[in-house]
Amino acid sequence: MHTRPAATLVKTAARFKSDFFIQKDGFEINGKSIIGVMTLAAEQGSTMLLRFDGEDEEAAAAAVVDLFERGFEEQ
Amino acid sequence: MEHIQTDGNEIILKGIGAAPGIAIGPVYVYSKHVPRVEEKAITESEVESEIARLRTANARSEKELQKIHAFAEQKLGSENAKILEAQIMILNDGVLMGSIEERIRKELKNSEAIVFDEISKYKRLMFAAKDEYMHERAHDVDDVMNRIVRNIQDQRLYSKLEGESIIVSEKLAPADTVVFSRNQILGYATDLGGVTSHAALLSRSLKIPAVVGLRNVTKHVSTGQFVALDGYAGTMAINPGEATIEFLRRKAQRFREFEEQLVGICALPAETIDHRRVELSSNIQFFDEIDFALAQGSAGIGLYRTENQLIGRGSYPSEGEQFTEYDKVAHKVFPHPVIFRSFDIGGDKLAPDSSPEENPFLGWRGIRVLLDRPDLFLEQLRALLSASTRKNVRIIFPMISSVQEVRRAKEYVNIAKDQLKSRGVPFDPKIPLGVMIEVPSAALLAEEIAAEVDFLSIGTNDLIQYLLAVDRDNTAVAPLFQHFHPAVVRTIKMTIEAGHEQKKWVGMCGEMAADPLAATLLVGLGIDELSVLPTLLPEIKKIIRSIKYKDARRVADDVLKLATEQQIREYLTSVVKKTLPEIPLEM
Repeated sequence: MHTRPAATLVKTAARFKSDFFIQKDGFEINGKSIIGVMTLAAEQGSTMLLRFDGEDEEAAAAAVVDLFERGFEEQ
Repeated sequence: MEHIQTDGNEIILKGIGAAPGIAIGPVYVYSKHVPRVEEKAITESEVESEIARLRTANARSEKELQKIHAFAEQKLGSENAKILEAQIMILNDGVLMGSIEERIRKELKNSEAIVFDEISKYKRLMFAAKDEYMHERAHDVDDVMNRIVRNIQDQRLYSKLEGESIIVSEKLAPADTVVFSRNQILGYATDLGGVTSHAALLSRSLKIPAVVGLRNVTKHVSTGQFVALDGYAGTMAINPGEATIEFLRRKAQRFREFEEQLVGICALPAETIDHRRVELSSNIQFFDEIDFALAQGSAGIGLYRTENQLIGRGSYPSEGEQFTEYDKVAHKVFPHPVIFRSFDIGGDKLAPDSSPEENPFLGWRGIRVLLDRPDLFLEQLRALLSASTRKNVRIIFPMISSVQEVRRAKEYVNIAKDQLKSRGVPFDPKIPLGVMIEVPSAALLAEEIAAEVDFLSIGTNDLIQYLLAVDRDNTAVAPLFQHFHPAVVRTIKMTIEAGHEQKKWVGMCGEMAADPLAATLLVGLGIDELSVLPTLLPEIKKIIRSIKYKDARRVADDVLKLATEQQIREYLTSVVKKTLPEIPLEM
């Protein structure tokens, strides 16, 4: 994944206490780790499974999904 | 690599000029210090001091990178400095550092061994990806890993670098380029890398001469040895003789004086004094080159080599991957046009699935491969068509040697269009198609070919090779590779006239288009477009803006009466010296 969207994603996830994992092609990487997110070969149109786990998981999921929908533009 | 042995001990290595300029001085061979990591067991009681060591190393690494980053921002602007931000973010990756510390505690091993092992995992993943971007990032990850390990081991880098030198290394990381630029660096020469590697981009913005792709230059020189680097021609002379040094000094001086005159020319059109316009565009092969090409005043991309997508991979990119790339390029170049050349594989450019041939340049290459592999051809055509909705995409076919091949290629374009139509994918129905004139038979049939397509582009490198029967990579016959051979000039004239007869425009890509000596002749022969390396573009524009079309036509007429290459060269030299005495001609 390109550095800038990767950083935005990690920064967003870091605002929440919940764990955040991304599954793709049988791999699972920690969505709060920049080096992990950078290794994601996430070309347009690829499918990923996002997993949130923790007390604020719903808010975290909403924020991350919103980020994807906005095409990773920082607010 | 070409080794041109000249008198005495002088050896000239040929690479790619990545940043213009001349550098003459001693070499400093910079072998990228890859710290040796040995795994050692530690005891339970040593764990805390081991972790403290890691944290200190991280803090120190960050300080180093911040310093480099600040320097890069000030000297290069924030856009270039962003390359270093990724490395700083990795240092601050809490998840990564957390798992490293956890592993030190659990596995009871020294910190550098764990850092190496843990970060290498990510590096391998990135190298496994098919994406060139990911490979570049993997080098960044490698860089930051080495920095941490080095700091753990309390080693210091760059300390040995003293005085003014030409850095010679296998490859240069962006951080190296920037740090070196603080010292007295005359130039860079590297084994690897193309004109788009980060080091090359940074060298250009720092205005430090650089030659990349010298293959194994690090094995040919040792620290302290005297060399002369020519960033214009892309050569490095080891143990240069007096004549070479004098020649390069003069060249540097003339280029400096001339470049001062080129400031401001980028925004002006490439037209003669009497308003004959020539489209001046750039040959490129990577997306990252577009910014530079446009900044140099390029009126579009005259040749986009799509083979770049095959570099370092074992398979062809998918239609989707190709579309993403072409669309990105078309968007970036818009409103200017971009001419994509369909995969020109074979010859010296190996395809993922080709087998060695006895005579590759006369073998299965260019359009011949594509017509034999309709699956690949259609995939590429659909990807190109899908990227054409802005109406600035053009397609050119390489290695055409008959009208039949052009017709067959066009049939595939129509099939691809029908396929997209049935999928409901939009495209430019009038997408302009062109043919590379680079085989003598195509030049002879130029009029019939022009009738089939929208434009022609003369690819001089191959045309000369085939017309004169001179292998362009064979140094034994290198002096016979002459673009002012009268037969070459006449073939060009014939091709341009044939195109114009059919009311089609005729361009030229290939090295001849960028030769300042050739510019007047080509304009006089009626060329409509010249596509050159972006670094050389302002110079060619300057020449075009200094001549009159009616004079250029007379020059062309005179040249056509000359019987030898030497006469033509001498005549054109005298012409340029008269119209633009300040131009540096010694390439």
